Amino acid sequence: MAEIRVERLHKSFQGFVAVQNSSFVVEDRSFFVMLGPSGCGKTTTLRMIAGLELPTDGRILLDGKDVTFKRASERDIAFVFQLFALYPHMNVRRNIGFPLVSMRMKRADVSARVEEAARILRITELLDRPVSGLSGGDRQRVALGRAIVRRPMAFLMDEPLGALDSELREVMCGELRGLHDRLKATTVYVTHDQTEAMSLGDKIAVMSNGMIEQMGAPREIYDRPSSVFVADFIGSPPMNLLTFNDSLEPGRGSVRVGQAEVGIPAPREAMAGRDLVLGVRPEHVRLNDGARLRGEVLGTEYLGTTQIVTVTTTNGVVKARLPSTLKASIGDSVGLEFRPDRISLFDAGSGRAIRTALYDHVQATEPAHV
Amino acid sequence: MSEVTLDGVSKRFGATQAVSDLSLTVDDGAFVVLLGPTGAGKTTTLRLVAGLERPEVGRVRIAGRDVTRESPAQRDVAFVFQQYSLYPHMSVFDNLAFPLRSPARPTPEGTIVQKVNEVAELLRISDKLEQRVTKLSGGQMQRVAIGRALVRSPSIYLMDEPLSSLDAKLRAELRIELKRIQGELGATILYVTHDQMEAMTLGSKVGVIENGRLAQVGTPRQVYENPRSIYVAARLGSPPINLVPRAMFPEIDMPESTITVGARTEHAHISKANGRRASGRVTWVEHLGDQDHLHVDLGEHDFVTLADPDSALVPGDDVAVALTDPLFFNAAGERVRA
Repeated sequence: MAEIRVERLHKSFQGFVAVQNSSFVVEDRSFFVMLGPSGCGKTTTLRMIAGLELPTDGRILLDGKDVTFKRASERDIAFVFQLFALYPHMNVRRNIGFPLVSMRMKRADVSARVEEAARILRITELLDRPVSGLSGGDRQRVALGRAIVRRPMAFLMDEPLGALDSELREVMCGELRGLHDRLKATTVYVTHDQTEAMSLGDKIAVMSNGMIEQMGAPREIYDRPSSVFVADFIGSPPMNLLTFNDSLEPGRGSVRVGQAEVGIPAPREAMAGRDLVLGVRPEHVRLNDGARLRGEVLGTEYLGTTQIVTVTTTNGVVKARLPSTLKASIGDSVGLEFRPDRISLFDAGSGRAIRTALYDHVQATEPAHV
Repeated sequence: MSEVTLDGVSKRFGATQAVSDLSLTVDDGAFVVLLGPTGAGKTTTLRLVAGLERPEVGRVRIAGRDVTRESPAQRDVAFVFQQYSLYPHMSVFDNLAFPLRSPARPTPEGTIVQKVNEVAELLRISDKLEQRVTKLSGGQMQRVAIGRALVRSPSIYLMDEPLSSLDAKLRAELRIELKRIQGELGATILYVTHDQMEAMTLGSKVGVIENGRLAQVGTPRQVYENPRSIYVAARLGSPPINLVPRAMFPEIDMPESTITVGARTEHAHISKANGRRASGRVTWVEHLGDQDHLHVDLGEHDFVTLADPDSALVPGDDVAVALTDPLFFNAAGERVRA
């Protein structure tokens, strides 16, 4: 197994910049997720790591060795695609063993490796079945088996669960994480689904327009989004974003949103009067009749233990996750209160997060430029 | 629009009894969601209503008319599938107009244009009408697929997990859209999903399916708060209901036949023991993105609740777990009342 190091990677296709100056390290034995909407450059980055695409600029190091211009076959990496292409005329055993047979490995060794892969994936009883009759989940397990059997230095996965229905996707998500915990194989995983990213990744890189917006542990990205884009992309429902105009100065513990004074974590930088965005997660919103920030209930969604209450204010829409015992009816006028220590602030113009006490231990270096 | 009734319907495939003696009424203008795991028989139920399958026993009625022996075309239903099968060589407009141009339903071109425009506006894809469907994003394609059902005014819309091929964010957006559209049109919808979140937020009624049978039907709140069995209780709620043996809570007064106590977050009060007798220990706080789960090791049971965002509990804390009005179940897994 190995570390993957990507340095100032750049890729353009006839004037279109797909990946810009992207740098990151996938630590040995870790599960690294590239998350972003379609067209953000995540698949292109993965294909460059695999050697299926050559970068316009930059370097890729696999276990310390420069493989930037090496062929895919020379990289000792296994790629798992969204559409698992299995050989329909072969049974499961021969499908899994195929990469080894084409490497001219001895038959006894192939057999032992296939058995081992099948055991890891818990599909031993399927080995002699034809692949044509398999369910979607089992086909995906066989495709994974074909990757595992080679014992590569790293796995690259491009939306491997995208073609499965959502129930199976949840099951396979759990299996993939379990598989990683057992094999501890360095994995780079591409997805547009934040739920998959949050539950699978040791580290997530959130991408947009060919650039890495933020990189960090799932919890870090959720609690301290580095930009409006990340705040809005992560979470279900996503972070509430309220626009307002005010000044910030270190030490001042509140901002003026509409008619209300709203408590915030102490700012670490000063900003003269400008358009700002206040970000607050739905679970950090409370209804309080005494609060000055007011709005009208637009709708409620019952979820059992909790409900999502949607409130319109003059500064934007706020969704609150509240106990479902709390009574809120459409049209009610309500006061809103936010948990001050969990609020994020953004500069409306650039979208970047403003440094506050909440972000204190976050490294100041731009993650995209290591 | 009209009422749809299933009356004692059964369907078998070889050795598998897919649907058993299922009776259900979908009221005019209702949004009924069938919830169950893969293989529970929910899609088969939908196909029985559509006429894509015929029951061995029982009757299907639409607006009081017995349609059990009628073909799908005669039944006047619209079906939306999980995979949007659009015509890739056609524009969005032509895809939407397709059902109206079918020889079975001759429609004047003027009416078609009007109807397609109405539906496109409802689905917020008016600016995409001239585009090829292959140029659309996944969410837009699914809107077109739904739109193709909406251009007609069938007695009922049948939807088989129409949002499940979309990512989480888009799914949440379209869920809200679908609910809005249903309200505006007053449409009758029978919708199938395995996703409890969809079932709870979309359905005016939720029917929980277990092994081809309708285990319980009611409003989301009724089914969640008053489940009839362990099976139903476990299908709804996130984190799932905790099911622990009665011996864990000797202090609670419970019916004689109780074997299992069911406790959701709202039934449990977890606080630092602070010298009192501790019933468990916090093992971890699991961060799932949209919510945090608090895990307490309770005599070898992993007792999971939704963590209070203001809670100061951390792993290693000894805690007391007290229950208020939990649910009780007997040996057969049926609910027993206190």
